[in-house]
Amino acid sequence: MDKPAPVKRTLGGWALIAVPYVWLLIFFLAPFLIVFKISLSQVAVAIPPYVPTFDLAGGWQAFVENLGDLSLENYLWLTEDDLYWKSYLSSVVIAGISTFLTLLIGYPIAYGMARSPQSLRPTLLMLVILPFWTSFLIRVYAWIGILKNEGLLNQLLMAIGIIDEPLVILNTNTAVYIGIVYSYLPFLVLPLYASLERLDGSLLEAAEDLGCPPWKAFWKITLPLSLPGVIAGCFLVFIPAVGEFVIPDLLGGSDTLMIGKTLWTEFFNNRDWPVSSAVAVILLIILVIPIVLFQNQQQKIAEKQA
Amino acid sequence: MTRGPTWFNITSLVMGFSFLYLPIVLLVIYSFNKSRLVTVWGGFSTEWYVSLLHNDQLLDAAWVTLRVAFVSASVATVLGTAAALVLVRSGRFIGRSLFSGMIFAPLVMPEVILGLSLLLLFVAMDQSRGFWTVILAHTTFAMCYVAVVVQSRLVGFDKSIEEAAEDLGCPPVKTFFLITLPIILPGVVAGWMLAFTLSLDDLVVASFTTGPGATTLPMKIYSQVRLGVTPEINAVCTILVVLVTCAVIAASLVTRRQQVQKERDERTAFGAEG
Amino acid sequence: MGFLLGWGCVLAKKSIGPVRREFTPWESPDHPPFIEFRNVTKKFGDFTAVNNLSLKIYEREFFALLGGSGCGKTTLMRMLAGFETPTTGQIFLDGQDLAGIPPFRRPSNMMFQSYALFPHMSVEKNIAFGLKQDRLAPSEIGDRVAEMLRLTKLEQFAKRRPHQLSGGQRQRVALARSLAKRPKVLLLDEPLGALDRKLREETQFELMNIQEELKTTFLIVTHDQEEAMTVADRIAVMDKGELVQVATPAEIYEAPNSRFVADFIGDVNLIEATVVRKSEAGTRLDSVCEGFAIETNQTTDAGIGDRVWYAIRPEKVRIAHGRGEPDAANQIDGLVWDIAYLGDVSIIHSKVGKGDRDTILRATFANVSRMVENPITWDDEVVLSFDRDAGVILRG
Repeated sequence: MDKPAPVKRTLGGWALIAVPYVWLLIFFLAPFLIVFKISLSQVAVAIPPYVPTFDLAGGWQAFVENLGDLSLENYLWLTEDDLYWKSYLSSVVIAGISTFLTLLIGYPIAYGMARSPQSLRPTLLMLVILPFWTSFLIRVYAWIGILKNEGLLNQLLMAIGIIDEPLVILNTNTAVYIGIVYSYLPFLVLPLYASLERLDGSLLEAAEDLGCPPWKAFWKITLPLSLPGVIAGCFLVFIPAVGEFVIPDLLGGSDTLMIGKTLWTEFFNNRDWPVSSAVAVILLIILVIPIVLFQNQQQKIAEKQA
Repeated sequence: MTRGPTWFNITSLVMGFSFLYLPIVLLVIYSFNKSRLVTVWGGFSTEWYVSLLHNDQLLDAAWVTLRVAFVSASVATVLGTAAALVLVRSGRFIGRSLFSGMIFAPLVMPEVILGLSLLLLFVAMDQSRGFWTVILAHTTFAMCYVAVVVQSRLVGFDKSIEEAAEDLGCPPVKTFFLITLPIILPGVVAGWMLAFTLSLDDLVVASFTTGPGATTLPMKIYSQVRLGVTPEINAVCTILVVLVTCAVIAASLVTRRQQVQKERDERTAFGAEG
Repeated sequence: MGFLLGWGCVLAKKSIGPVRREFTPWESPDHPPFIEFRNVTKKFGDFTAVNNLSLKIYEREFFALLGGSGCGKTTLMRMLAGFETPTTGQIFLDGQDLAGIPPFRRPSNMMFQSYALFPHMSVEKNIAFGLKQDRLAPSEIGDRVAEMLRLTKLEQFAKRRPHQLSGGQRQRVALARSLAKRPKVLLLDEPLGALDRKLREETQFELMNIQEELKTTFLIVTHDQEEAMTVADRIAVMDKGELVQVATPAEIYEAPNSRFVADFIGDVNLIEATVVRKSEAGTRLDSVCEGFAIETNQTTDAGIGDRVWYAIRPEKVRIAHGRGEPDAANQIDGLVWDIAYLGDVSIIHSKVGKGDRDTILRATFANVSRMVENPITWDDEVVLSFDRDAGVILRG
């Protein structure tokens, strides 16, 4: 009786599907195909700065001829110059370390929120969400003033006599870690809080009733049951962090390699559109794995709840 | 979880929220710094706010950004709401998984890829870049966020309410505007706000897709930040932070109050029955 | 003398249970049906929700579709309302084929299980909603809404929003809203499911009174057999997308046509037996668990030696110590095995039959006195007796 009925669709029903669908096809899917195509083209001193450009005016003949001009040269170039694969590797490593640090900081916060009195929770929740609404750029920028050599952190540490020499933090990977953790913390705390809040308190009482001390109950009950939230949160931090541009650009140093920054430089400074397209294609391929894993996990959760 | 917080919980909450808020608070404080050296306190002053008023470039950029955000958020809300309806209501159709994939992908896609691909599209279309291309780009990724927000509201929607309207003689399209839309309105409004702030915030996609004459505020801030921290930028940032914070807090207070009122009503109603 | 003769007729005609006076249109084959399902089948993918079902419902009838979840009763109602389309078959309402008519043009209205009140409209606006769709004059809408508010005793809540109402009040708003358009038929989908027991019983009578007053045809879907028996003129018991029995509540209870119906409605003893003798005056059955036979005035088309079931309600079985009732046609020796004390009655489970083929027979014992000298208790030897017309023979 509850099986989904095949929906009868009216003309309006079809239009409802068609409008957003066509929009996304044009402005989301088609651009990717173009990126892919350009990644197979050559750089040229022209407008636009690559050949071949597919000119539909040339007709089918010209189109087929142009096809022959496409090559995998840019991809070969990516494997030859170690800048690129080092950028990819370093992006994944930096994103991984930052995700771990975010989890380390985020878990106690989410746990504390879930254990706080019911009346306080909406306020705490809003406090976590609020930074998400304020500008990303501003939040990253705020750290420059703190982490600089003559910045507030060093001033504070020197004033209380912990250090004599200012610490060099800005323009290092450490600053990038701090930036990513800070910017993406809400992404991790929210799903984690959601899964911790759902946790039935009587489970812990049952565990203690059966002779399990509280700290052990945490390891045996709370942690395993919050795992879906942990995984969702980690994906939500890791995936965007890999392709991050603003944080490594503003907080990182010249030796901080991240692929988003490399792509930006390649595009805006070197004006090499075909190579930056190839970089984008590879980045996408790298991200497909965690994105698909994430989707699967979300689906499993949804099915479990249904 | 129903048990009370321990000292460990309280400490981690205090430390966590300090971490989240201290940088912004410091930024706000130092926007009132008299000294041009941003990190050395030279006394209280509002001179940087005054000088903002005379910075035409910055004001222009702010005006462009607001217009872009308003238009793109509005279009994105319409498209995103339609997309959410499709996701929740349309059942199976050919290419459904492609559709939902295209809705969810932009949420996790690196901005550099989004920006690059849209720019290349505009180039391929031989479209001169500027105000409208930024709007198209922002609409595209913002509609996906709107779709997700509205979808979560629609999932909890009792479909029999719509059936009741139809049963009472109301045709489907009219039912949508008379019944469905008013009920999911909070989600739609939240979606619009999210789309608006996302557009307000965006640096990367705008940098790729903009053209001459359409410099947005984040682009302006970014180019100045690269030259170093200035109290003037602190002042701009403070204004933005205060505006957004006020809007979000006001919105959530309104919803909270409605929620509380509703719960109180329900309690009284059920108390009266016994 | 005429009235005496009249009395004689009533006394002579033994009928099963109470029937609404002079309202039995289903008994005359020429009476035109108001709603007719003709060979209706509904499939969801591989799942057949309704299977080649035909049913006639008459004007002014209070008709109940009764069955467990997944039996197809809701699907049947939703097809009438227009929310589902039959895979095959036709549905007629007042002589009109409903095929292709969308829900918002059908002359039926529905009261939803969840009530489906519009949360952003006041009680008044909810009730007026359907009338506004018909573009009635504002004054008429006002009159009609006032009438409905009076009928459902909601006058003082007219300005309230649904969330400011209790469950019972919401239920009445839903009823008022669906009645406001004066539908040809009112469809009620588990209308009282969300109410607590006491309120539900009150509301059942209220529903019946409203139906009497408005003389509208009511079609109710429910899984609650007591509810169906209370409110309905006739009940259709459904199982796996098919009608099992369509009859008055009393017929369904006293003369079920299958073990499914007997078991679904109320409590029943089902005794497996074989036919050993049959005549026009009755049938003699031998219990499969040996040790006793059953004499009944029922006739059956089963042949001698066929396996049948004898269904007898516990309240038709009398239980006593010692010799029991020597006059009763059937007397069976038993041993008290279990007693469920329910206050008003006790259900006594006794073991009957021989050796390892014994079975349990339940008898209802009315606790008419507070103090009993020699109460029936565990392990007592008892005699269970019942009359020739106490039960029915079922073949399937």
